[in-house]
Amino acid sequence: MAMNYNAKDEVDGGPPCAPGGTAKTRRPDNTAFKQQRLPAWQPILTAGTVLPIFFIIGLIFIPIGIGIFVTSNNIREIEIDYTGTEPSSPCNKCLSPDVTPCICTINFTLEKSFEGNVFMYYGLSNFYQNHRRYVKSRDDSQLNGDSSALLNPSKECEPYRRNEDKPIAPCGAIANSMFNDTLELFLIGNDSYPMPIALKKKGIAWWTDKNVKFRNPPGGDNNLEERFKGTTKPVNWLKPVYMLDSDQDNNGFINEDFIVWMRTAALPTFRKLYRLIERKSDLHPTLPAGRYYLNITYNYPVHYFDGRKRMILSTISWMGGKNPFLGIAYIAVGSISFLLGVVLLVINHKYRNSSNTADITI
Amino acid sequence: MTEALQWFRYHWRRLIGGATRDDDSRPYNYSSLLACGGKSSQTPKLAGKHRIVVPHLQAFKDEYEKFSGAYVNNRIRTTKYTLLNFVPRNLFEQFHRKEKKYIDRCWKDVTVGDFIRLSCNEVIPADMILLFSTDPDGICHIETSGLDGESNLKQRQVVRGYAEQDSEVDPEKFSSRIECESPNNDLSRFRGFLEHSNKERVGLSKENLLLRGCTIRNTEAVVGIVVYAGHETKAMLNNSGPRYKRSQLERRANTDVLWCVLLLVIMCLTGAVGHGIWLSRYEKMHFFNIPEPDGHTISPLLAGFYMFWTMIILLQVLIPISLYVSIEIVKLGQIYFIQSDVDFYNEKMDSTVQCRALNIAEDLGQIQYLFSDKTGTLTENKMVFRRCSVAGFDYCHEENAKRLESYQEAVSEDEDFTDTLSGSVSNMAKPRVPSCGTVHNGPLGNKPSNHLAGSSFNLRSGEGASEVPHSRQAAFSSPIETDVVPDTRLLDKFSQITPRLFMPLDETIQNPPLETLYIVDFFIALAICNTVVVSAPNQPRQKIRHPSLGGMPIKSLEEIKNLFQRLSVRRSSSPSLTSGKEPSSGVPNAFVSRLPLFSRMKLASPVEEEVSQMCESPQCSSSSACCTETEKQHSDGGLLNGKVESLSGQPLACNLCYEAESPDEAALVYAARAYQCTLQSRTPEQVMVDFAALGPLTFQLLHILPFDSVRKRMSVVVRHPLSNQVVVYTKGADSVIMELLSVASPDGASLEKQQMIIREKTQKHLDDYAKHGLRTLCIAKKVMSDAEYAEWLRNHFLAETSIDNREELLLESAMRLENKLTLLGATGIEDRLQEGVPESIEALHKAGIKMWMLTGDKQETAVNIAYACKLLEPDDKLFILSTQSKDACGMLMSTILKELQKKTQALPEQVSLNVDLPQPPVPQDSGLRAGLVITGKTLEFALQESLQKQFLELTSWCRAVVCCRATPLQKSEVVKLVRSHLQVMTLAIGDGANDVSMIQVADIGIGVSGQEGMQAVMASDFAISQFKHLSKLLLVHGHWCYTRLSNMILYFFYKNVAYVNLLFWYQFFCGFSGTSMTDYWVLIFFNLLFTSAPPVIYGVLEKDVSAEILMELPELYKSGQKSEAYLAHTFWITLLDAFYQSLVCFFVPYFIYQDSDIDIFAFGNPLNTAALFIILLHLVIESKSLTWIHMLVIIGSILSYFLFAIIFGAMCVTCNPPSNPYWIMQEHMLDPVFYLVCILTTCIALLPRFVYRVLQGSLFPSPILRAKHFDRLTPEERTEALKKWRGAGKMNQVTSKNANQSAGKSGRRPMPESSAVFAMKSATSCAFEQGNLSLCETALDQGCSETKAFEMAGPSKG
Repeated sequence: MAMNYNAKDEVDGGPPCAPGGTAKTRRPDNTAFKQQRLPAWQPILTAGTVLPIFFIIGLIFIPIGIGIFVTSNNIREIEIDYTGTEPSSPCNKCLSPDVTPCICTINFTLEKSFEGNVFMYYGLSNFYQNHRRYVKSRDDSQLNGDSSALLNPSKECEPYRRNEDKPIAPCGAIANSMFNDTLELFLIGNDSYPMPIALKKKGIAWWTDKNVKFRNPPGGDNNLEERFKGTTKPVNWLKPVYMLDSDQDNNGFINEDFIVWMRTAALPTFRKLYRLIERKSDLHPTLPAGRYYLNITYNYPVHYFDGRKRMILSTISWMGGKNPFLGIAYIAVGSISFLLGVVLLVINHKYRNSSNTADITI
Repeated sequence: MTEALQWFRYHWRRLIGGATRDDDSRPYNYSSLLACGGKSSQTPKLAGKHRIVVPHLQAFKDEYEKFSGAYVNNRIRTTKYTLLNFVPRNLFEQFHRKEKKYIDRCWKDVTVGDFIRLSCNEVIPADMILLFSTDPDGICHIETSGLDGESNLKQRQVVRGYAEQDSEVDPEKFSSRIECESPNNDLSRFRGFLEHSNKERVGLSKENLLLRGCTIRNTEAVVGIVVYAGHETKAMLNNSGPRYKRSQLERRANTDVLWCVLLLVIMCLTGAVGHGIWLSRYEKMHFFNIPEPDGHTISPLLAGFYMFWTMIILLQVLIPISLYVSIEIVKLGQIYFIQSDVDFYNEKMDSTVQCRALNIAEDLGQIQYLFSDKTGTLTENKMVFRRCSVAGFDYCHEENAKRLESYQEAVSEDEDFTDTLSGSVSNMAKPRVPSCGTVHNGPLGNKPSNHLAGSSFNLRSGEGASEVPHSRQAAFSSPIETDVVPDTRLLDKFSQITPRLFMPLDETIQNPPLETLYIVDFFIALAICNTVVVSAPNQPRQKIRHPSLGGMPIKSLEEIKNLFQRLSVRRSSSPSLTSGKEPSSGVPNAFVSRLPLFSRMKLASPVEEEVSQMCESPQCSSSSACCTETEKQHSDGGLLNGKVESLSGQPLACNLCYEAESPDEAALVYAARAYQCTLQSRTPEQVMVDFAALGPLTFQLLHILPFDSVRKRMSVVVRHPLSNQVVVYTKGADSVIMELLSVASPDGASLEKQQMIIREKTQKHLDDYAKHGLRTLCIAKKVMSDAEYAEWLRNHFLAETSIDNREELLLESAMRLENKLTLLGATGIEDRLQEGVPESIEALHKAGIKMWMLTGDKQETAVNIAYACKLLEPDDKLFILSTQSKDACGMLMSTILKELQKKTQALPEQVSLNVDLPQPPVPQDSGLRAGLVITGKTLEFALQESLQKQFLELTSWCRAVVCCRATPLQKSEVVKLVRSHLQVMTLAIGDGANDVSMIQVADIGIGVSGQEGMQAVMASDFAISQFKHLSKLLLVHGHWCYTRLSNMILYFFYKNVAYVNLLFWYQFFCGFSGTSMTDYWVLIFFNLLFTSAPPVIYGVLEKDVSAEILMELPELYKSGQKSEAYLAHTFWITLLDAFYQSLVCFFVPYFIYQDSDIDIFAFGNPLNTAALFIILLHLVIESKSLTWIHMLVIIGSILSYFLFAIIFGAMCVTCNPPSNPYWIMQEHMLDPVFYLVCILTTCIALLPRFVYRVLQGSLFPSPILRAKHFDRLTPEERTEALKKWRGAGKMNQVTSKNANQSAGKSGRRPMPESSAVFAMKSATSCAFEQGNLSLCETALDQGCSETKAFEMAGPSKG
């Protein structure tokens, strides 16, 4: 019985394995990938092989650096600190909270005229707009015009979420602490009558912010007050959000000063674009050299956290504002790499014969 | 569910581990007799010292109902198990009380006391006692390959008293009680007894036990009672979990992860303190200290405390959690490449390297000590009968040696040599004549093997026994082993054998030539003193049954006549007769000798049911088989005609298949067969031997004392058919047998003197054999009177049936039998060196790996193999440690140490210095090259606590250590000692069950899947098929895996630290408030997506030096041994570099964007981008080879980053507050400053490392860097350069050796004449060494040199 079983098995088992005799082995495929013989670039880092790289880096970086440096140097920039902590400062009087509204005036002189468009910034120092809890304290949905978020802001806004049982619009610490000084620039011409410089309010925020990210709440007609009905202003604000500007296109959440403020600065010392001074014609400089005075409505207290406030006027180039570091860094790196190239040239020359790698490579 | 879990656990253990033995058997302290019943499927814990098994007959009913629904047909369903379903849902029959039949049950339902009926080819589900077998002799054959990998069949016997029953055991009537020992993991031992209801006891032994996991073969059906089930089975108890191995590299990485944790805590503390201080300045400022919802503000202290945890959340990326995932992936990739290396493929076995452990591949690159087994690892474990010495005469079998030579050359192509026709010298001339074997084998596939191997292969495929992981050749049956060309001189002496020698009547013949008698006894001993199972290939594994036993029905006289004629014709046409020197009287002799057989046949037992087995007579079956084969052959296209003759010439020889437990035994049986002393069949009662001149002899087998390692011998007690005496044949190690020889022979002085002479001569031959590296065995016999035997038997029976200290009693009993022996002769069996072993060992030596050979063999053999495989060089200074006491051992060691120190002062320092120099290390052969040989007994002393240190110091001086006569336990102790005391990486390689402990103790265990089964492989981490693969595995893959993984781990640390520090630096500018300037998603994805693939690819594909160069320059391996790629300071340097790069990456943008109108997340964007470029380009700098895959992945990473940033920036208007990535990337991409910043930052950050690498490359290149240059050269230039490299510091002699090596790697090395021992190398032949006459003189006695002269003429004849 068992024998039969075996015999049958043998007959049955034999043939199937016969035809496919060559098919099934465990031999691994002899492919370049499986045998790890893929063609490979094998960089060997020796002085001889990398010499060109250093020289090329040097040759590229130095001109770039010089270009940037020159561009940066051509940028005109003037900073006027109006914090008023010094007793001599015209704004010193505004440090006490009693004087409201406090207006101070600072004179300054432009030695050279500012060509092209001029950006007017306000700069704050030692202001930690990047504090984690501060950064969090906003509701993007509310700012985006979401009507439910308008009346029920995110919890992140606490404790600036509700005031007197009304939701705050815009809620949060960032909005609450919005910069609210007003800066006006006057050119003191030859005649005694000072000429105000036209400061453009619009165009200072990112286009996408103004048109996509920030939106007023929907509803009704042009009456913004109606749209913000049921909300209250942030605690520190003097007027509600729908009264930021008379221009309907720059009011409410889409007020560009507000939008700029809401883009929290990366570092404790920062500047924010305040106004644009557009070039009127090619013939006249935008800001001719001369005496100017800055009229400040001083509302924003920074002195008690040792902060500073500045007004900055700056022309711009393709690379933005004045920035000497970039150019210098490029020049430095280019020089270093050039220098290293020379050192390696010496090394390569010196060690070519003594090291037996060299006689193999060459 | 639990079952699935258990299955998983078991399966998992099996995957990882394999069989281990831990000797602590479970304690069974409570003593209450167990009534094994009830329904619990789990066997209750055992009772008392012994276990009582009571037949388990209840509770079948409900079980039946449960299962009968599912399996109505009561069909046997057998599932083949693969690795994935190891515990097969094998259903088997089980007795059902009510229905009086067996029912199908699952394995898990088997409980102790169950009756189980199994059919052929079923896997045994539990340990059970064999009660019934359909085999009339009460035998059951099992294959244990599932347990130990041995593919030969083993016999198990029905319990005594049950064998006689012709009907099946009726479980209903089974009323006996079984008492056996408590469950333990000893596979080779089982003790117990079966007590009948009348208090009569029957002893139970291992022979009665069917172990779980084995397969029933060749037996139609068996019935047994379960004694151990489930986890108590021996197979399961042997599966104790293995040591969990963790690679050294990973351990180091773990400590560095702890450093990272410390770093994290420091950083978080800095943040917390900083925040506290910062906040205390602005405590009242609601701008910064934003009040809680309820209007309160928190104090700076509390805020600082909170900040600590905030920082931990923010910076936790520093802890490279993803590192572990990546490591696993990289390891998988590495394993994949190791396994698909075509160089590891072994065509003969159709196997490649198996990586069983997935997590220690990189340890392969750091091995410092290698422990190797000898037999089967360095050698092939193909035992080849080489020489023998009978009655004091050495027969050196030169033709055989020559045949082996030719094999050796052809062996690399295939083993298709088929001169299966032993005895025909003429066959030597045409070695490629296909025989019936190949024809038979032909349709089976592409396996080049002889018919024996082929047939067993056939069997496997036929029976679906593919449980064997890969089909292997049948054990011990390659033609090399099976074919022995007889020594012509010995054949001459055979001619003197006539049956008359044994006729008691012929005592009158004066002086029966004692030598002839010795020869006869010698070969009979070779043939029967073993446990070989005989099977025929065309009825595979079916026991060959002799007519006289099975009751062959002879139908008519005519048939007998036919048979007769066929036999006689065949005999006369046998080429062996014509070519051999058999006298003309040979044919009549054969006739005469056959007569009694036939007369006996007629008298034989009545015809039984086995009518169909008529053709089972070997002659009949074989001739018919050969006929059909020849026909087939003709139809296949008409092959050589001459073959037909040769086929019919030796029909018996080509149709018997021997299955032996050890290769030695098989070799001896095959050797005996070559001298026409063919083992025909074996049953428990009888052994049939077909002796050429004497005809078939049937020995009544009275007793077998099996081999054990204590006695080192085995004996059979038979009744000699001719002299009718009780004869004991003993075969064993020479040292043991020599002591047991009779001192005073009763037969008178002359005989005694002769014995003494034989003894001396044999001893001389034995020494000589050992010198040649042969394994020696002594054959002896003893004639007993019936009375003596009866008395011994009585005592032995007592010993057998006792349970307590049975082993000792049996040993004593054996001692009583095996004494006063008469020495017949000795055999020398060659264990040939594996291909490529010397080259591999040489390469490993050069790689700085210290190699130890641990073997159980005797000193001479071990030392010779060590020389042959280049473990020891001829000019090495060899120290031999062989002492009898501990003190002497210590003394000797200190003497040797002193000598060594004197000789080579300050050499070790020199060596260690050399390593770091750019020059290739100066080889040590300038002064010191020592080898140490230590014997097992001395090793025991050396391993003791007090001498350990000295021993290790001594061994550290030696380039190779050989431990001979070492037990498996000693092997593992040695490994443990070296591993723990020297703090080195150890690798153990072995192939047998005796190496398992060593393999498991070592850092890496490698199993050679060879002849000795799967146990070593199961316990190993890697399994290779040949020793020579080890060199590539270590030198190439080990090196690669190590450098790859260590570089990748370092890179990972670098990557995380560099990136996370950006966040940390930012804290200094945001009041330590825990702000991140990056969007959280980017933060998460940065590690998860953008920078995860490149390091993995780097870890898998990095190739610092090509495989060819690594093989050519094994010295390069040393960098891994010293962990050069990943030292403690490397980690800190990497961290420093990471700090520097993160500083650059943060502060360059910081200075650029300082006092500008940039917002937080716009500031983070260039930081991220620059960091991405820095991190990826850092990898490019570190990579030694970049393929298109690298490029693809790096470019893909960069693209995915930008894509993500752009898409996220476009889609996410209000999502994910407070970070607002909206349109930031788009803005930046239009801004030239962004690009300028990124380029500048990347350049500055990478400059130092780049410059360092360049300077390293040109000023102080590591050997690996220099070796890398070779890859760029053309082959000719490369050989030139390699020569220069090697030659740089070496002596002239070494260079010449190397030139020799490069000239022909495969070629044999010329032998230095200086060393006599070395010249004996693999002991291939005497003829091989004939150039060295003085040597040959020692090797051969005068008789041999005669044949040598004969042999010189021989080849011209053939």
